[in-house]
Amino acid sequence: TMKGSIMGVLLVLALVVQDRLAGGLELKSYDYTKYHTMDEISAWMNQMEMENPDVVSSMIYGQTYEKRNIALLKIGLNSTTPKKAIWMDCGIHAREWIAPAFCQYFVKEILGSYKTDSEVNTLLKNLDFYITPVLNMDGYNYSWIDSTTRLWRKSRTPGTGNCTCVVVGISRNCCSEIYNGPSALSEPEAKAVTDFLGMHQNQLLCYLTIHSYGQLILVPYGHPNISAPNYDELMEVGLAAAKAIKAVHGKSYRVGSSPDVLYANSGSSRDFARLIGIPYSFTFELRDEGQHGFILPEDQIQPTCEEAYKGAMSIINYVHDKNFKSAAITVTATLWTTLTALWISRTNVI
Amino acid sequence: MASTGDLEPTHYPARRAAQVALHYLNTHHGSPFRVFGLQQVHKASAEDVAAGGRKYKLDFSVTDWGSGSAGPALRCSADVLFPRTERHSAPEVQLHCEALHQINSTAQEEDAFYQKYISPDSTVSARDIPDSFGNMSEEMQPFWRLARVAASFIMLRESSENTEFNMAKVASVTQQESSEEQLMLEFVVLLHDFPSQEIVQWKLLASWSPDRGVRVLQTEWQPRCPHATKPPN
Repeated sequence: TMKGSIMGVLLVLALVVQDRLAGGLELKSYDYTKYHTMDEISAWMNQMEMENPDVVSSMIYGQTYEKRNIALLKIGLNSTTPKKAIWMDCGIHAREWIAPAFCQYFVKEILGSYKTDSEVNTLLKNLDFYITPVLNMDGYNYSWIDSTTRLWRKSRTPGTGNCTCVVVGISRNCCSEIYNGPSALSEPEAKAVTDFLGMHQNQLLCYLTIHSYGQLILVPYGHPNISAPNYDELMEVGLAAAKAIKAVHGKSYRVGSSPDVLYANSGSSRDFARLIGIPYSFTFELRDEGQHGFILPEDQIQPTCEEAYKGAMSIINYVHDKNFKSAAITVTATLWTTLTALWISRTNVI
Repeated sequence: MASTGDLEPTHYPARRAAQVALHYLNTHHGSPFRVFGLQQVHKASAEDVAAGGRKYKLDFSVTDWGSGSAGPALRCSADVLFPRTERHSAPEVQLHCEALHQINSTAQEEDAFYQKYISPDSTVSARDIPDSFGNMSEEMQPFWRLARVAASFIMLRESSENTEFNMAKVASVTQQESSEEQLMLEFVVLLHDFPSQEIVQWKLLASWSPDRGVRVLQTEWQPRCPHATKPPN
């Protein structure tokens, strides 16, 4: 029995070690070329925080209708002074699976390169990234149930009163895919974002929201009759991003405002961001252009993420340089002035 | 509200009209081994016409989805007329594509596919093409293309200046008894409309043979309330 107990203890130890190893191995080989469930993504977020404690922290900033905690990853090098920030959200619409896949890829890329790539290092030094991999967690989870739920779009807040199908020329009684809620910002998920943006508006330089499909970069505003005050600049930045995207795998992304390129869609969070003063706001609609639509095959995850990464970085670098390069010039000028003054004073010492 | 005169090729009015021309192209030239997609709109213009309606003139390029990005682009021109009638009526398309008959022939694959499935014992039946991850077996690919071509008849017919349709997925395919040496297939397809972001379900009966191409014999709009039941917790 002594032997038995020792064997028992050894067995338990072996199982614990194996479990830890298995857990570690499983987590370390996270596959960014596959679509992941909501649970897997939540676990991955925890792992990113655990593995990179000096640059990653998480924040819960709201609750979904089904009472899930809406969380983001805050990524950036620590600083004694308050930092400007970039916002990125993915998965507002449940069926756009490639969007959360991109958020995860983006996080992986910057965490994997900030120590060795000076450009990324500078970004993380000067900026914080607030990244929400799945905003509509309830909807995303629902779209995984089976093939009949795969094309769900909205949150899981039930519609109120009569639901009507918005179908060309036909009306029936069933719930619309894009039922907008009884009033502006009535969905808890949308409110969580707008509350956060509102609270951090002085910090936020750039708002990026990631969707599919269509291969588009959209600039504010969604209303046909209103233009953002820096519309020309936004178009320029958007076109540069589209050029960067095309250089990766040859895919064309069209650039413009929603009313021009797509359809009028007032009330979007991108417009809200621009309205409250976040100067650079863009919507990305990732691959493809309709052949696969929402159900983008997994073998396209990697190339889509690669090109979108270049597109997003094009915008982020522009925004960063606009805010920090001139500061760098000021610092350099001050340095030269100081050095020159020192030299003069030295040479004048007899 | 819509613009008349020259149109911005990357903006939606030109794109929607071009997609309509694509649906027309696919109804005439699509097959289990050929589906055309829009590559780019080069030039576009629109004008109101006397009879009431808007006519778009388009210059655009298309590619065969089967060949991927490696395939050549075909240059096409089209007139697309959206009628303005009380009740919706289908747009009218006149289309010309260069070198349409010079593209790689798929006659061999078509014949092999036809011979395989025209046999009286053939009872193809499948659901969810593709699956939720975008996977589709090689055997199902010609059926997906056939569904896409057949769906083009519906998408063409239902199109207006306020719609932009794609086929989101094939919910099911069920082979029916062959008739007049035609493969007979019943499809349930899910279409996606961009402006409304709605998913629309249609059941349809289509025939195909290498000689006669795709014909759609019956279509039935199906109400879609998949979310009436509560999901498991």
